[in-house]
Amino acid sequence: MARDMSDIDILKMELEQLKKEVSTPREPVSKTSKDTMEWCEAASGTDLLITGVPDDKNPYKPEKGGCIIT
Amino acid sequence: MACQGLASGETLKSLKAESETLRKKLEEERKKLHDVELEKVAEKAEALGELNMKTRRTLKGHGNKVLCMDWCKDKRRIVSSSQDGKVIVWDAFTTNKEHAVTMPTTWVMACAYAPSGCAIACGGLDNKCSVYPLSLDKDENLAAKKKSVAMHTNYLSGCTFTNSDMQILTSSGDGTSALWDVESGQLLQSFHGHSADVLTLDLAPSETGNTFVSGGSDKKANVWDLRSGQNVQSFDTHDSDINCVKYYPSGDAFASASDDSTCRLFDLRADREVSIYSKDSIIFGAASVDFSLSGRLLFAGYNDYTINVWDVLKGTRVAILFGHENRVSSLRVSPDGTAFCSGSWDNTLRVRHEREG
Repeated sequence: MARDMSDIDILKMELEQLKKEVSTPREPVSKTSKDTMEWCEAASGTDLLITGVPDDKNPYKPEKGGCIIT
Repeated sequence: MACQGLASGETLKSLKAESETLRKKLEEERKKLHDVELEKVAEKAEALGELNMKTRRTLKGHGNKVLCMDWCKDKRRIVSSSQDGKVIVWDAFTTNKEHAVTMPTTWVMACAYAPSGCAIACGGLDNKCSVYPLSLDKDENLAAKKKSVAMHTNYLSGCTFTNSDMQILTSSGDGTSALWDVESGQLLQSFHGHSADVLTLDLAPSETGNTFVSGGSDKKANVWDLRSGQNVQSFDTHDSDINCVKYYPSGDAFASASDDSTCRLFDLRADREVSIYSKDSIIFGAASVDFSLSGRLLFAGYNDYTINVWDVLKGTRVAILFGHENRVSSLRVSPDGTAFCSGSWDNTLRVRHEREG
């Protein structure tokens, strides 16, 4: 486990990992940010934490106090 | 141990130098593609209206700090775990406690609801992850049917079921994450790469494939391939422990919360950090984050007892929520995005949402 590894082993592990990562395919931020924003805007209509929950569909309606005693 | 020695020509120094060179090259490659800031692109986005989130339910019943919570897919049940070893299943609509289990350990740092809603998983200082099938019979002793699934050599920091009740992914203070078969308890895959405790993990949304992200005390966030066990991407821009990681709903990015008092957004396709959510006035560590359904809002719970709500695209804070009387340790948005729940060291959980108008 990582805690039991010597400094050398940790360095070797990190080195192997860096070698792999240098050749990872990447895309420019201008493209990925635009995609992220478009995905977000497309979904925002159904995001109830932004639009709010209408009272008739509100499962957390504040409990009505009181009751009628006849 | 002599067997893990150095090859001829290698010294600690040469390894460090090679590492430095590669790190610089990685930085250059990432920089080439950093042609614009997310905030600039987001200038075109509509501004958010004012948020008016209120606490609708306060779940009281834990006798000690709430360390973790998770929603059931039915969008109304919540499982929470505490420092005193108690794990409680609540109905968030009525605040009724439906089940309670006392674990044979304190500091139950991780808990999760199974996708079917028929079981929960939890663990902590016992170094294990145990699964409890939930019975409809309230009087049945849940502990009797308990199944020990995962075994680590240090504390369990996080757990989550994969797409079914059959497999569990765990993270541990022993520096590893692991995938287990629930029925047999067999280890299916283990993930090595962090150089210190793994504190958090999150599974990618099912449509985007078989990966998960983990964060650790080594300040790194790593993305892993579930099948091969390979670490496919790594991010190390945080200045302190990463306490929580969460995927963006589209699966193309993830957010992190750290003891360095910032939350950050990492874009997986651009392979870099693209946003920092921070303020000079926020000096306490962030413990937990989650996105709203569209990914526009990022909810973050902090050690200064507050919850800050961030506009993910524009990078600004849109609300600050008070109410808890101690650290906010855990925070999750409900599966249908109608509400979010926060658990705190003040022994309570709060369910909040936004009302229309």
